[in-house]
Amino acid sequence: MATMNMIQALNSALDVMMERDGDVVSFGEDAGYFGGVFRVTANLQKKYGLDRSFDAPINEAAIVAMAIGMAARGLKPVAEIQFADYIFPGLDQIVSELSRLRYRTAGTFTAPVVIRTPCGGGIRGGQTHSMSPEAFFTHIPGVQVMMPSNPYDAKGMLISAIESPDPVIFFEPKRLYNGPFDGHSGGALSSWGKHPKGEVPEGHYTVPIGKADVVREGNAVTVVTYGTLVLVAQAAAEKAGVDAEIIDLRTLVPYDIETIARSVNKTGRCIVAQEAPRTSGFAAELAAQIQEECFYALEAPIQRVTGWDTPYPHAHEWSYFPGPERFINAMNAVLEA
Amino acid sequence: MAQDEPRFHVPAPHVRPGDTPDFSHLDLQAAGEAPRPDPSVAGMETRDLALGLIGVLDHNHQAVGDWDPKLKPDVLREGLRHMMLTRTYDDRMLKLQRQGKMSFYMKSTGEEAVAVAGAMALDKGDMVFPSYRQQGILFARGRDIVDMMCHCISNSRDNLKGRQLPVHYTWAEGNFFSISGNLATQFPQAVGYAMACQYKGDKQIAASWIGEGSTAEGDFHGALVLASTYKAPVILNVVNNQWAISTFQGIAAGQSPSFALKGLGYGLASLRVDGNDFLAVYAATQWAAERARAGHGATVIETFTYRADAHSTSDDPSGYRPKGENEIWPLGDPIARLKNHLIGLGEWDEARHTALEKEQNELVIASYKEAESYGTLHDGPLSPVNSIFEDVYAEQDWRLRRQRQDLGV
Repeated sequence: MATMNMIQALNSALDVMMERDGDVVSFGEDAGYFGGVFRVTANLQKKYGLDRSFDAPINEAAIVAMAIGMAARGLKPVAEIQFADYIFPGLDQIVSELSRLRYRTAGTFTAPVVIRTPCGGGIRGGQTHSMSPEAFFTHIPGVQVMMPSNPYDAKGMLISAIESPDPVIFFEPKRLYNGPFDGHSGGALSSWGKHPKGEVPEGHYTVPIGKADVVREGNAVTVVTYGTLVLVAQAAAEKAGVDAEIIDLRTLVPYDIETIARSVNKTGRCIVAQEAPRTSGFAAELAAQIQEECFYALEAPIQRVTGWDTPYPHAHEWSYFPGPERFINAMNAVLEA
Repeated sequence: MAQDEPRFHVPAPHVRPGDTPDFSHLDLQAAGEAPRPDPSVAGMETRDLALGLIGVLDHNHQAVGDWDPKLKPDVLREGLRHMMLTRTYDDRMLKLQRQGKMSFYMKSTGEEAVAVAGAMALDKGDMVFPSYRQQGILFARGRDIVDMMCHCISNSRDNLKGRQLPVHYTWAEGNFFSISGNLATQFPQAVGYAMACQYKGDKQIAASWIGEGSTAEGDFHGALVLASTYKAPVILNVVNNQWAISTFQGIAAGQSPSFALKGLGYGLASLRVDGNDFLAVYAATQWAAERARAGHGATVIETFTYRADAHSTSDDPSGYRPKGENEIWPLGDPIARLKNHLIGLGEWDEARHTALEKEQNELVIASYKEAESYGTLHDGPLSPVNSIFEDVYAEQDWRLRRQRQDLGV
């Protein structure tokens, strides 16, 4: 076991997979020689050579398309999109091509591409470096969507993504890259070194796709979320002294409905949370499915904790970010109902 | 009220419906004039070729100049046969579509040389990323006609399980990549594929085709950037058939005098070729393939041709271009030109031509009869309904399993 932050854990996943499988290649804007603006691909070019870890031109559509073509010829490309906010020029290649290649060719061509991209706010990134656009990708049949909340999961999930026969959009909550975050903007920066999930095996292991993690057991209310908000929800439950069960979804598509339903049927109360804007977010899908599965067990309306239906503001970032107070308010509302 | 004069520039074709067809504004280099550099030439040295026109067959149907690929008569006859079969197949499928036998069809009439000569000049192992008007590649590579028809009528033997519109073929065994239907998307994919071929250490290359209208798409430019940056072994064909549905080529060309010229901005070898000249298309593709295989990088080839028929069965060209343009197209008809060349060589004659037409027509009719025996879109049998939930992912997750149960299949 080693202590790793999320960047090191992701780098280790790439390193392990590139070592094991000569068909794994990694590329993206600034992702080659320099090792990525967040350093996730650091040292890979030095270790594995220019043709396995390389810089790409600033054209997200071309990056995704290149990955599709390579995957169709038997490589396992891991493409980095520098910020999730920049992924949209590549959206057509993801929606119309990557996601459907297996389907439209009746399985004769496949493109098991992994697209890694840092997402989320809380880093003073303003509206172009803070988005959580995961919901767009959960609406595309044919791709899997994942978002880890800690270094241990990040490495095991990225390895699973690379080994998946299906394309994966892999969101990395960049606020968690360097340390856990409880949602208090003014709080001291903490380190993954002091967190149990900062203990990461150096070799190969997987965290399975489609399996949620109950990160806190409780009986009063179920909180279903993913990414940065997993830690925020935990901090809120501690602070408010609420006996909350907190589920880290880890995989959004296909999400682990069994674990969710088991918990909500037990607690009878549920909060679904996302950092992204509220309307048509992934929390809406969760709420709809949970009421289908658990309606007669529910004792209160499902509450949503989300960002606002606005772009991500710069100066007022912390008024946008769904921090612990918003979780505590939601917990109170759902418990009082 | 429309302004008398537009306040900004919007290009328009020289003639519109009701006008006399006229191509006198085209200044085309004569066959045999373009020099043939060594395929290792620096991309920037191909400027004159990007602005000129590589042609081999002259007005007397003789092969002239440096680009003559000097093909054996057998190869020429094979090319003629594939082009003729492509046309016969297209004509028959159009009729069948008009009879309601399929939802949609797209012909390649007048452009058969682009696909057939291009495919014949490649190795069969080279991966092709075609657009929707290169069915000639399938004939050149020997795909079973019944299989092609089964796809077009989406029946139980459709290798794509009824998931794609007619003519959006996929044929993995023939190294024929999936036709998307979204424009230009496959252009940069072909570059990635070509890079992976190099990575795997084989001599396979990739080739892709898009229409001139699609060069306006970002993916066209993305493909050229990738091809240039990574010096990929890929051939990027721009089929300039003058029309993108109703939109004339000038809307995509803007003030650029040729589509091939766009490759020069990326430092790529760029050729403009008479697309109705089987020998010229063959020679240019062969040159580009040799260049790619030798590690000298990608080539952009503009095949200058004319879409002699409608865009698709949903289109009526009489609404936007004069009737009879195809008859006066200055570069003629690719089948007639190759036929006349072969006759001039003493390697073909009218009687054999007529006999082959008849034979191919009978083959197409019989093939359709057989294809229909596997079902039709209207009356079935189709692929099983539960197949709509297959191949979304490698394995069906709980959502798809439940939805399949909801549908009761």
